[in-house]
Amino acid sequence: MATDIRIDYYPTHEQQGIKFRRGHVLPFGATMVPNGINFSIYSSEAIDCTLVLFERGEAQPFAEIRFPEEFRTGNVYSMIVFDLDYERLEYGYRMDGPFKPEEGHRFDKSIILSDPYAKAIGGRDSWLATPNWDNIYPYRSRLVFEDFDWETDHPLETPIEDLVIYEMHVRGFTQHPSSKVKNPGTFAAIRSKIAYLKELGINCVELMPIYEFDEWENSKENPVTGGLIVNFWGYSTVNFFSPKAGYAATGKFGMQVDELKTLVKELHKNGIEVMLDVVFNHTAEGDHRGHTISFRGIDNKTYYMLTPEGYYFNFSGTGNTLNCNNPVVRNMVLDCLRYWAADYHIDGFRFDLAAILGRDQNGAPLSNPPLLESLAYDPILAKCKLVAEAWDAGGLYQVGSFPAYGRWAEWNGKYRDSIRKFLKGDEGLIGELAQCIQGWPDLYHYRGPTASINFISCHDGFTLYDLFAYNEKHNEANGENNNDGGNDNHSWNCGVEGETDDAFINQLRHKQIKNALSILMVSQGVPMILSGDEVGVTKSGNNNTYCHDNELNWMDWGLLEKNADIYYFAQRITRFRRAHPVLRSRTHFQHRDYVGSGYPDISFHGTQAWHADFSASSRCLAFMLDGAHAKSGTIEDDSVYVAMNSYWDALYYELPILPNGRSWYLAVNTDMPTGQDIYDIGKEPKLDDQGRFLVGGRATVILIGK
Amino acid sequence: MAFQIESVVENQIAKLTLHGELDSLSARVFQTEIEKIANQSIDSLVLDMENLNFMSSAGLRVLIYSKQKIGPKLSIYIVKPQELIVDTLVKTGLQHSVTIVDQYPV
Repeated sequence: MATDIRIDYYPTHEQQGIKFRRGHVLPFGATMVPNGINFSIYSSEAIDCTLVLFERGEAQPFAEIRFPEEFRTGNVYSMIVFDLDYERLEYGYRMDGPFKPEEGHRFDKSIILSDPYAKAIGGRDSWLATPNWDNIYPYRSRLVFEDFDWETDHPLETPIEDLVIYEMHVRGFTQHPSSKVKNPGTFAAIRSKIAYLKELGINCVELMPIYEFDEWENSKENPVTGGLIVNFWGYSTVNFFSPKAGYAATGKFGMQVDELKTLVKELHKNGIEVMLDVVFNHTAEGDHRGHTISFRGIDNKTYYMLTPEGYYFNFSGTGNTLNCNNPVVRNMVLDCLRYWAADYHIDGFRFDLAAILGRDQNGAPLSNPPLLESLAYDPILAKCKLVAEAWDAGGLYQVGSFPAYGRWAEWNGKYRDSIRKFLKGDEGLIGELAQCIQGWPDLYHYRGPTASINFISCHDGFTLYDLFAYNEKHNEANGENNNDGGNDNHSWNCGVEGETDDAFINQLRHKQIKNALSILMVSQGVPMILSGDEVGVTKSGNNNTYCHDNELNWMDWGLLEKNADIYYFAQRITRFRRAHPVLRSRTHFQHRDYVGSGYPDISFHGTQAWHADFSASSRCLAFMLDGAHAKSGTIEDDSVYVAMNSYWDALYYELPILPNGRSWYLAVNTDMPTGQDIYDIGKEPKLDDQGRFLVGGRATVILIGK
Repeated sequence: MAFQIESVVENQIAKLTLHGELDSLSARVFQTEIEKIANQSIDSLVLDMENLNFMSSAGLRVLIYSKQKIGPKLSIYIVKPQELIVDTLVKTGLQHSVTIVDQYPV
């Protein structure tokens, strides 16, 4: 609180007792300057703009200051307002202009609008606290302070091939009473589970949307269960720069920024990166029937893709589509990501429905999308991981063809489907399986295996347990007559739909989970697991739990005990991956010996060594990675041999002979009971029979040659 | 309850006793007190919070401000804070910047 007034910061105007002057056009948003706050906002079509100022939580504004015409530069309105209590200030804008939907304009000066560049939003400070529905300004822009002490923290810059990603919902992770944490469902609570995450062997958490969203959006009573349907997942952004206050135990004090930064800092301290799932494809304003919160009322035509009639293109499946390749919107996205990378030390971003980001203003896919190029070459984001969900709801599917500029990785949906089908026992999958375990060179020939984010389950679709417990989705609780959610789950219930007491079926389901985790962890590329899959969480066959704030989305920590065998296995299979650099290559295999070890970097086998059966009826594949070729021959590792059998009976697999007196040791055999299904590093037993191995029906075996 | 603050500086130790509720309005009083202290040579700031019932984010920011204003070498001791205040310090990571004690001298 400076007391001197600098000569270049003095008021020139006064209105309603508020002193102000012409502001700085950049940066957009509200920025603290000596003695005051600089407000700057863009609108290409507004004819008038008014700054609206509130005391925190007050129903009515204490001042409304119209921007004098001379304060507008181009299409930017800027003003410095002096002597505001920035701790208690909430602000918004009224924009005046035409309301002509057919021309794309939806101005309405009766509505107070959030600043697209606000760094915090008030109004939803505690999760599901009943809002005041009569509030004339429900999502209130606030300022944040740059006084967080990061000490020596900085993004970890872990090589992407070394990551094991853990997709997590902030609230779902600790909300269940069994989590036994203080402040469940918050950023703070995640901190108390860091030891667990480390123990599990993951080194990157991918947080489902934490941008401010409204959990009350489209909330209604569930006609089936009588419970409340809410926006739980949060794929509906209210503001791109603000962390969700309702995810912070201190949100009611307005301290969500500090709480999140503290979480990031603690995770970094423990060697765990933080990736954000970001949603730039649409906003919470919905279609023409939706609420006007911010963008629609500020500059509808700039921020949204509109049809010639002025309606909203709906490539996101949620009502509207952000006009990401408009230069102004593009800059906002860039500003936003730079802010998260610089101010929150975020290590990477996963872009929801990223194919939309490559569409032009009429929705046509661009060959050289400027936004994607800008992100790829941005100096501030240079070390951030950029991951695309390379499809959208409008049918654009770009897995393998996403405009990557050598920087982008992709959620590999083909990997997910191929592995699911193989594990289910489908025929004709061996060729695709071979692609999967190599990081899919057919798709990513020029990009290397690290372009492939490998996953078998994620928030969207069945959990890993449900994949082997349900043939069909069971989404009745969503209140949409089971019509929502995907139908192509490639799942198999192992004989009974849902929960069963049949010990054989339960054992088979656990084995299938271990098979899935094993294949995931020996595949080249970047593995990602869904939070809770390591303990066999179930969503009771619901494959689209976007709307449930209950046990369907809350991780049941009691499963740590119930499914201890799965957790024990998951812990060790991640360690196995970490212990063997031969599993984490930056470049594709060459299928030849280029280091003179006598063996190619990768070789394929089957029930006969050196003779893989790629025929349509085959359900067997084995492969060997030569340890001398680890990391392109720069590191010496053990050789790794993996035998996968999705046939229902046990089969002998002939083993390739190892050179130089080396022998095969057993690391993993999913057909064995816990304790013998996976061995700690360095404690693998030597095989008595070095010539062949009996691989059980629907089982995976991993050997190391040393 | 209205916010009150008393301060004593002795032997490079500033002791501030806080009563009532520290919100964004009273934080200014607190900050003014810190600014006065900052002009003196001190190495420890002792904040007696036994009778402080509430501290808003504005109060927390004054703690950060104290470090910034007086320097990173300043030791901040918080004496007998109530549970709600400890909770807020922990959630926001500020417990690393201060020492929470039952009495001072420790």
